[in-house]
Amino acid sequence: MMEFILAKYNYWIYVIIMMIGFYAVISKSNLIKKIIGLSIFQTSVFLLFISIGKVDGGTVPIYQGTEAVYINPLPHVLILTAIVVGVSVTAVAFALVVNIYREFGTIEENAILEMIKHDD
Amino acid sequence: MTEHFPVLVIIIPLVLALIAPVAGRLNKIYSWAIALLATLFSFITSMLLLHQVMYNGTISYWMGGWEPPWGIEYVLDYLSAFVLVIVTFLAVAVTIFARHSVTNEIDDNKIPAFYGVYLLFIVGLMGMIVTGDIFNLYVFLEISSLTGYALVAMGKRRKAPLAGFRYLVIGTVGATFILLGIGYLYIATGTLNMADLGARLPGLFNSKLVITAFAFFAIGFSIKIALFPLHTWLPDAYTYAPSAVSALMASTGTKVGAYSFIRIIFTVFGVKVFLNQWVSVPYFFLIIASVAMLVGSILAIAQTNIKKMLAYSSVSQIGYIMLGVFLMNPIGLQGGLLHIFNHALMKCALFLSVGCIAYKTGISNINDLKGLGFKKPYAMAAFTIGALSMIGIPLTVGFVSKWYLALGSLENGMWYLIPVIVISSILMLVYFWRVIDNIYFKAGEPNDVAKIPATPASMIIPTIIVAALCLVFGTLAFIPVSITEKAALLLLG
Repeated sequence: MMEFILAKYNYWIYVIIMMIGFYAVISKSNLIKKIIGLSIFQTSVFLLFISIGKVDGGTVPIYQGTEAVYINPLPHVLILTAIVVGVSVTAVAFALVVNIYREFGTIEENAILEMIKHDD
Repeated sequence: MTEHFPVLVIIIPLVLALIAPVAGRLNKIYSWAIALLATLFSFITSMLLLHQVMYNGTISYWMGGWEPPWGIEYVLDYLSAFVLVIVTFLAVAVTIFARHSVTNEIDDNKIPAFYGVYLLFIVGLMGMIVTGDIFNLYVFLEISSLTGYALVAMGKRRKAPLAGFRYLVIGTVGATFILLGIGYLYIATGTLNMADLGARLPGLFNSKLVITAFAFFAIGFSIKIALFPLHTWLPDAYTYAPSAVSALMASTGTKVGAYSFIRIIFTVFGVKVFLNQWVSVPYFFLIIASVAMLVGSILAIAQTNIKKMLAYSSVSQIGYIMLGVFLMNPIGLQGGLLHIFNHALMKCALFLSVGCIAYKTGISNINDLKGLGFKKPYAMAAFTIGALSMIGIPLTVGFVSKWYLALGSLENGMWYLIPVIVISSILMLVYFWRVIDNIYFKAGEPNDVAKIPATPASMIIPTIIVAALCLVFGTLAFIPVSITEKAALLLLG
């Protein structure tokens, strides 16, 4: 059992981090904390992608004249794009929270829901 | 030149999306003109592409000349060219409509930025349609989602930013699930090209990894297309977005999500993935789709805000599309694809006519529509045609797709799905009749009605055209039917 866990430890770490982020998204009422949770949630997937590129004994994928074992750089390239997407999500989310704060004067979701209860 | 059309259809609007906000600094009208130019270009190009596909077969464009599966491939076949034409046509119609509607609903200083974001949204949707690479699909999906969140939040009402924020949180979780699905498929096969995945995956259907990947895709796309019970973001987003944005998102946003889901199911995994599993996935989704069709309609009856009513009706329409897809036979799938086309037209007509009423009056309550049938005859006629089409009266597009969905259910021996389709249609009759009753058969306060300003022709004309197309393609149904027939056979190949 222990070996089963240790052999795939990168997968376990990604699942645990992901659930921490997901918990924050679901349970926190503060909108900024929700965004933090969302970022953690996304980052866990980045970690999964980065860890699967590892090849035992592999080196940097730059050709240096001799035959060598290289790690797989493709997942890393994909994640560079995904990180940009993640940053954009965070930026848009912060912009929306600023707008919400200007409108309601608070970023606590419960308080906002109380305020808009009688709007249609 | 023509061989580069598959990429130009995206690149030109993408470049113009960056120019539009800058040009808008000189004069607001420039940013609108650029948006119109970009969408018109895409529409004409996609018509040419559909023509090419019909005569010369599938087009495969290699990005930068790199051969797939190493390079990124853009694929145009019957399905993608068809959906591309729908999306770009509705984008043109909504852009023409947007000129006055947006000036009325959005602050002056935000208008240049609005058109930039608006074009990026369309670019994201078009990219999702033409790409043949699943990671590229994810990137375009995020472009259209991110701009979608911003567009929703630009609404005038105070709840708009909150609706946008909620959509962002749920949408990002969905997109991250899709990214995970892509990662799992990459771990399993080492490729990202859809056609290549389609060739490699059949040998791996016993692998838990591949099945988990499918589960991630299914949940991610169910969030993106607002399939019940993951639809919670949709009603608020459509209700509080500006009129033009509601019309565009309702008619194209979820449809393109459904299209991508169809691509993942049929092109990447293939129907055989569902054989020999411990649970029948298509059957499970048929149940979900049936519940969505009924619950969406029932919730729509309960609404007093007309945009919210239309939004809940979208939830039930997504149920129809997924019903067709998961029947997994050519006729049912054809019904689902036809419903993508038909629902895009009907919902666009409905949301545009609601936008015409809301112009300068802000009317959104069903009870305030009394007596408008004679004050705004064209917008209300368009609404009525859209409503009849949703219910599925013969000679409108709604009838054609429901007919194929019913035939597809019979083909599978699932006769019990037909009462579900009929009951959902009757429920639609209930909530649309309530609106039509108010429009034509109840007199409003004469003073209130007299005060309602006239709607500009630039808003009325696209509304009328889209509504008229609901009738045209309902009568001349052979055009979409013949295209979707080939598309369905291609997918089930």
